[in-house]
Amino acid sequence: MSESKNDYDEMFGGGGDVREPYREYHDWVNSEDPGQLLRKSAEAETFFRRTGITFNVYGDTENTERLIPFDVVPRILSAWQWSKLARGIEQRVRAINAFLYDLYHQQEIIKAGRIPERLIAENSAFEPKMIGVNPPGGVYTHIVGIDLVRTDDNEFFVLEDNARTPSGVSYMLENRETMMQMFPELFSRIPVQNVGDYPKNLRRTLARSAPSACNGRPTIAVLTPGIHNSAYFEHSFLADQMGAELVEGHDLRVIDGRVAMRTTRGYEPIDVIYRRVDDEYLDPMNFNPDSMLGVPGILDVYRSGGITIANAPGTGVADDKAVYSYMPDIVEFYTGETPILKNVDTWRCSEPDSLAYVLDNLEQLVVKEVHGSGGYGMLIGPAASKREIARFRKLLKTRPENYIAQPTLALSTVPILTKAGLAPRHVDLRPFVLVSPDRIDITPGGLTRVALKKGSLVVNSSQGGGTKDTWVLED
Amino acid sequence: MLGKSAGGLFWMFRYLERSENLARLLEAGFRIALTRSSAATSEWQSVIATAGVTEGFVARHSEYNAPNVVDFLLRDRDNTSSVRYVIEQARTNARLVRTALTREVWEATNECWMVLDQALQRPIRERDLPSVLATIKQQSTLVRGTLVGTMLRNDIYNFARLGTFIERTDNTARILDVKYYVLLPSLSHIGSSLDNVQWETILRSVSANRSYRWLNGEDINPTSIADFLILDRSMPRSIAHCMEEIVDNLDQLSNRYGERSECAEQATEMFSKLDRQPIDSILASGLHEFLKGFIQDTGQLSGQIEQDYRFYS
Repeated sequence: MSESKNDYDEMFGGGGDVREPYREYHDWVNSEDPGQLLRKSAEAETFFRRTGITFNVYGDTENTERLIPFDVVPRILSAWQWSKLARGIEQRVRAINAFLYDLYHQQEIIKAGRIPERLIAENSAFEPKMIGVNPPGGVYTHIVGIDLVRTDDNEFFVLEDNARTPSGVSYMLENRETMMQMFPELFSRIPVQNVGDYPKNLRRTLARSAPSACNGRPTIAVLTPGIHNSAYFEHSFLADQMGAELVEGHDLRVIDGRVAMRTTRGYEPIDVIYRRVDDEYLDPMNFNPDSMLGVPGILDVYRSGGITIANAPGTGVADDKAVYSYMPDIVEFYTGETPILKNVDTWRCSEPDSLAYVLDNLEQLVVKEVHGSGGYGMLIGPAASKREIARFRKLLKTRPENYIAQPTLALSTVPILTKAGLAPRHVDLRPFVLVSPDRIDITPGGLTRVALKKGSLVVNSSQGGGTKDTWVLED
Repeated sequence: MLGKSAGGLFWMFRYLERSENLARLLEAGFRIALTRSSAATSEWQSVIATAGVTEGFVARHSEYNAPNVVDFLLRDRDNTSSVRYVIEQARTNARLVRTALTREVWEATNECWMVLDQALQRPIRERDLPSVLATIKQQSTLVRGTLVGTMLRNDIYNFARLGTFIERTDNTARILDVKYYVLLPSLSHIGSSLDNVQWETILRSVSANRSYRWLNGEDINPTSIADFLILDRSMPRSIAHCMEEIVDNLDQLSNRYGERSECAEQATEMFSKLDRQPIDSILASGLHEFLKGFIQDTGQLSGQIEQDYRFYS
């Protein structure tokens, strides 16, 4: 698909005027030698490689460690734009936690007829073993990443609520670190809000969510599937930054009603686990019996208040794409307010009228799997070949309940640095939210992902996307 | 700290030490091959024997010569004692224990792996060998430097040091054992050129030819070489020095944890046995038997450390 004149560029307005948030940056970039900037750009890669900020690609035997490309042009948001977004995000995250509590307790929202019962009953992410369980501090999703896209000056849409295990925060932090090392002069010139408190806030969030069994200073551990996981760098990075232990399933066992880790001095109890292992693999005794990644019996410890699991098991039911389409109702139901952030119009293909519409308009729509992620298993109608469209038509007819469809949004663009100078590319934004029992912290900015290929709308790192540092200006 | 992390640190530093020792071993062998080409074959054979990989080498190559030995010990990924393999393992262990390392130690290890991975991509030409070997030694020295310069002196540090000295003492004992016949008084022809070259190889493979001369002048004799490499505590690659460090680190761990460990007992016993024996009695009762016993004891000690500090279970 080609660049359309209508795409909103965040740096340049119609007629090439520089938009306000970028004014200072643009002055600076104009005064820089383009060759020098390109060299700095190559330097950034060396920096990332030396630091080991890499990710593993599954099924790739040759070059198993890759870098996510980093673009040196920041994405800049003004303070007021951000504060409006932050309000919307906070409202949404509150609603998600209230929704999860309700689903695993009274299910008022179903009784009130605001969402259909089958949406939950048939949802594989709904965890019956969580019914009636009260998570410590009442928090289900402690760490959330809300994916936003922008189509105009004031038009932001939520694309996805990542409520189970959002990743990418280490890139947000390392991108800033890299920018500050490469262009310190920019940061003394332009007042940018700090993101570096995230690890400290994450630790505080986890500590405040400690279970009743915890005495004194809580012991916190990050549970990783291991060194071969694609996000291992992030797991070790966060554990390191928080001063927490990095554990795998085989380091842990249940002893005397607590989850304990094997130390050089014997087994010692853990109070809070930030798990980066999916629900299914968390507890071979309660979930998938073949899992080698989890801890047998951890769910029983959780239910009896011996440990906090962040995010709670069963949280995934809230970020399902079919549930997504009900988010405006969910926000309204629990907060009594009008949603601040918009949802993208969504056709649920399980509904015959919607399916008919989707089938008639496949060329204009984006079709997604209800449980899919990472940009896989989706169809971007305007960019798809006839054959792909035919394939999806068939899939939709066979398993309509497995899909939703949305209009193809004209995602905003931000320039990246290319050999030919600045060139616009489509971006999205994932702000990171931390939920404690008594407060919500939103890091100003987040991770901007950028589709490096001209015209492409797919920003996923597994499919050729890159990242940018995201700046929220001081007031 | 996690038992797994203690194990990861221990092995990370064993592997780093091993890469350095392999480089020294090759350097010494290469030098002999250059000075005395007639003795080259048996020299390469003893290099392979010292590295403990005779079986693997014979399965892979039919001839003991420089290109084969160099390739096998530097680049062969199927050889679990090649520099390439051990550096990969060191780095994998570093990733595993990333949270126990300072950023400096991690980056030095990662850089060591990147530099050597690049340097060992293609077969090493003879003229490049000296610089490749220098790079290997330098990279592992950089990691050690960051360890000493940036890490807290706590149990993490103790496990890193234990890995280093267990590997080093084992290595020194092996070098001596493969060449023990040169040091036997009855077989030595003092002053003959063959012996000089052989002794020098031994000293070079532990980077000690200069320090030996500083201490002994031109009086090069088997007894004082054996004494230097086995019992001299001031020599950083001697068995006695390594044992002293091992005992010290295990004592520190016992004090930190408020519990005397079995491995600390074992190490103390090994060290005091060593201390009681003058070099003459070691040589009189058989250098080979002594070294064989010592290598066995070191293996056992390593296993006991692993068990006492719950590396794997």
